[in-house]
Amino acid sequence: MKRILVGIKRVVDANVRIRVKPDGSGVVTDGVKMAINPFDEIALEEALRIKERGAAEEVIVATVGPADSQQQLRTALAMGADRALQVQADGVIEPLTVARALLKLIEREQPFLVILGKQAIDDDNGQTGQVLAALWNRPQATYASKLEISGETVRVTREVDAGLETIEVDLPAVITTDLRLNEPRYVKLPDIMKAKKKPLDTLTFAALGVEPRQQLKLVRFEPPPQRQKGIRVKDAAELVDALRKKGLL
Amino acid sequence: MSARILVIAEHDGKKLNPSTAKCVSCARALAGAEITVVVLAPDAAAVAAQASQLAGVARVLTVENAANLQPLAAVLAPQIVALAPPFTHLLGPSTTFGKDLMARVAGLLQAPQVSDIMAIESATRFRRPIYAGNAILTVESSGEDKVVGTVRMASFEAAATGAAAAPIEKAAVSVPLPTYTRFISVSAAKTDRPDLQTAARVISGGRALGSADGFKILYRLADRMRAAVGASRAAVDAGYAPNEMQVGQTGKIIAPELYVAVGISGAIQHLTGIKDARTIVAINKDGEAPIFEVADFGLVGDLFQIIPEIERLIS
Repeated sequence: MKRILVGIKRVVDANVRIRVKPDGSGVVTDGVKMAINPFDEIALEEALRIKERGAAEEVIVATVGPADSQQQLRTALAMGADRALQVQADGVIEPLTVARALLKLIEREQPFLVILGKQAIDDDNGQTGQVLAALWNRPQATYASKLEISGETVRVTREVDAGLETIEVDLPAVITTDLRLNEPRYVKLPDIMKAKKKPLDTLTFAALGVEPRQQLKLVRFEPPPQRQKGIRVKDAAELVDALRKKGLL
Repeated sequence: MSARILVIAEHDGKKLNPSTAKCVSCARALAGAEITVVVLAPDAAAVAAQASQLAGVARVLTVENAANLQPLAAVLAPQIVALAPPFTHLLGPSTTFGKDLMARVAGLLQAPQVSDIMAIESATRFRRPIYAGNAILTVESSGEDKVVGTVRMASFEAAATGAAAAPIEKAAVSVPLPTYTRFISVSAAKTDRPDLQTAARVISGGRALGSADGFKILYRLADRMRAAVGASRAAVDAGYAPNEMQVGQTGKIIAPELYVAVGISGAIQHLTGIKDARTIVAINKDGEAPIFEVADFGLVGDLFQIIPEIERLIS
């Protein structure tokens, strides 16, 4: 069966204003709206479109995270994923551990394509896709804004600092998504009902043979320094004058 | 034990990218660190010569291989890993080149990576932004593992150039390189304007510019001011500007002396990209736009009148 594996992460919703806990132990997440990491939603959308075009037969969505992540897996199933895998994990889970767990899922499921978001909007690490590709010894195509699958290869347009780069990689491969790859679909109510019946399996690190390791200790969280609010100028002349005085023009 | 840091040079085969000088600055923040720069290229001489003149660099290694013509992470990473044993830290820039590459290196080494280093407090302690810069996290490595890092460009000045040239040595690396990744092409608009990531002045436009044509008034003003031109995500999504011009959390994070935001409302993801600008100017017709909360100088009005007027005033 031609399968695509999509990795998703439960994160604080992009529209939530982030507050650092006064004791510096983390950011406030109690009672805060959670969501699928937006880049991962794009990854899932792309997988669904590939399946809808007939180039894949099954889309599996997986997450490595706490029990509550099942909410995001259900949303992913409602979007159209065929089944879900949750690797139960609490506390700090580093990219290397996530990649090791995903590699075990790859060995079980044998996907021809793995699609992940380019970064999670909480820790902003941007590592998991590349680490996974390294452990798997397969190609990576990061920051994808276009995918064209043909036979045993995929041609990927990547958003890089210089502009748009195109590479061709052999399958299987790991793709990470950028914002402009697609616009994820909205979930419809009947699909939410249907998603409740789709299979969602829970696994553990122990069952997969993964030993979670924390290599970086989180010492302290702080709010960023705030910029001082400036002044309003009344017109272009006053602005140019002010910038000249500061030696900026 | 003092730190031995390997900096991976970013370059286009002829010129060293300014991102490398910033990585060297980051490495120099660690007192007593011995800094080596490695240049991977088919012919590394010209780039290695430039790297050897950066202040603080003790040595430049070159790895010459025809396979290094394009910066493919899958090809470069095993060569870097082959060089890694003597080093305590491996640093690359937080550019698309460095982010793509260094995490693959970290994966091969099974070493921790600190992404977007904004400060090095010790050989094991680093500060980095998370949640789009809405929190700053201090992390600590054990001291046993090598640390892989990407260096946040907006947090470091480029290391000075013109120092007495450090020795350049050819490194012999013979590891099998994968052929499963092939470069096809890169399309980049040719421009004579300063590079967005390193420009002292940047003018950015948002969706209020209305069209790719609307951006022309920004290009004219930018040329007058010798500024680079950037864009908000909304403007790039709308097709008014190419992706390489995007400034923000998922685009470029910049720290110019002067940043002029034109018709940009100031979504948090955009502000993340400009927080370190020395002076921020906001021009917007909506006086309530969040961009004014961070602007040093705010001007409420019609950008299509204000921009040409500024151009006249400085001509």
